Amino acid sequence: MFGISKRFGRVQVLDDVTLVPAPGKVTAVLGPNAAGKSTLIRILLGLTRPDHGRVLIAGGTTEDPGWRARLGYMPQAARFPENLTGREVLKLIRDLRGASSDLDEELIEAFDLEPELGKPVRTLSGGTRQKLNAAVAFLFRPALLVLDEPTAGLDPIAAGQLKAKILRARAAGTTALLTSHVLGEVEELVDEIVFLLDGRIRFQGSLCHLRDLTGEHRLERAVAALMKRERSCAPR
Amino acid sequence: MRTALKILRYQLQDVARSRGVLIYLLLLLITTDLLLRFGGGGPRAVISLLNVVLTLVPLVAVVFGTMYLYSAREFIELLLAQPVGRRSLFLGLYGGLALPLAIGFALVVFLPFLWHGAAVAAGGALLALILAGVLLTLVFTAVAALSALASDDRARGLARALAAWLACTVVYDAGVLLVVMLFGNASLERPLLGLVLLNPVDLARVLLLLRLDVAALMGYTGAVFSRYLGSTTGSALTVTALLFWTVAPLALAARRFGRKDF
Repeated sequence: MFGISKRFGRVQVLDDVTLVPAPGKVTAVLGPNAAGKSTLIRILLGLTRPDHGRVLIAGGTTEDPGWRARLGYMPQAARFPENLTGREVLKLIRDLRGASSDLDEELIEAFDLEPELGKPVRTLSGGTRQKLNAAVAFLFRPALLVLDEPTAGLDPIAAGQLKAKILRARAAGTTALLTSHVLGEVEELVDEIVFLLDGRIRFQGSLCHLRDLTGEHRLERAVAALMKRERSCAPR
Repeated sequence: MRTALKILRYQLQDVARSRGVLIYLLLLLITTDLLLRFGGGGPRAVISLLNVVLTLVPLVAVVFGTMYLYSAREFIELLLAQPVGRRSLFLGLYGGLALPLAIGFALVVFLPFLWHGAAVAAGGALLALILAGVLLTLVFTAVAALSALASDDRARGLARALAAWLACTVVYDAGVLLVVMLFGNASLERPLLGLVLLNPVDLARVLLLLRLDVAALMGYTGAVFSRYLGSTTGSALTVTALLFWTVAPLALAARRFGRKDF
């Protein structure tokens, strides 16, 4: 993504953001609420169009829907058609993707989703829907994974399974981009960190780099230090 | 196009299982049956159903359509993250929403006529009634799509959709009356003909009344219509105009859907 800017009304949500997720690595986009993380992800997916800047993926732009065949997206809050069963939702998405025999159903097994798939989505608990949501994102062995707050709403066991799955996907060569508020989880998972504040990238680099820069070992502290520093020098 | 059909198929299942739609169709079925049972013959039942079709059908299409699209928002975003073009997705969504309502309406009105043996007697009038209801469903589902896409705020979108419904049912009639009262002396036939074309609900009413022998129920515009155009030309014209009223908001909504920031 190059030089992305987006303005909603009077608010400049993103200001000249350039972000290139490292291939085969896990990149986390961090930042306080309203920093522009979700907008950045929506622009990457082609859901929202930037005012300026371009998104290039797999040699094309996001206007062309074809590249999304290689994308796995897990939105923050999953809502599926209420009266369909989980199995029907999976089948719908599989149909839309075209026949793919080589499906990754590891998460369905890990979460023990099979018995829940026969029930209408409206009867499923929030956590179960989130599990279904995660399973959909990994189902097609995507080359690029985009995960918006992946472990929000999951119990610790399921969250652990999901994190393990993300690491296995990385080992298989998948590039992943995720946002998260749980900094502990970011520490376990990510290679690269992008820190977004008020629509600008304030830091971009590896975890070690961030630790060196701020002199803090714990990520939580490091991010706090980063925010404090940025806030104090940002012209207000 | 194939993508649109795939989406349509699944959404059809979702909408057809929705409790609101089932209750609506059941009520309509019971009403039709009761009217046929106690209200005299087929043609009279058609007349009694007229007002139900002209007010309830657009209202249900507009409210259900808007609410459905707002609640499907997150799922639409997930679908947009699949290799799917926006236009096919939109057409699939619209079809999956409008078709179950329209087909369901046609069935619950037609079936009671069939089992009461009144279908033949009601003949052309029944056909016109079903056609009017189906076309109104298509028109007002398109209006619902347009207003749901116009604003991210659910309350505002619903208010907009309801305002369109009110304008077509209540405000329009009052407006026509006002025009007639103000310009009572002038010859109003031609301007009123034009006025009918502006309102899908009135078009549906005229379409129906051209097939019924009840000039008294026609209202001002209906009487003008049948006198000037005769029933065949009149029917063809109303159906064409109603189709235009489906396609126009639909095309606008599709354009908006294509450009929208989700």
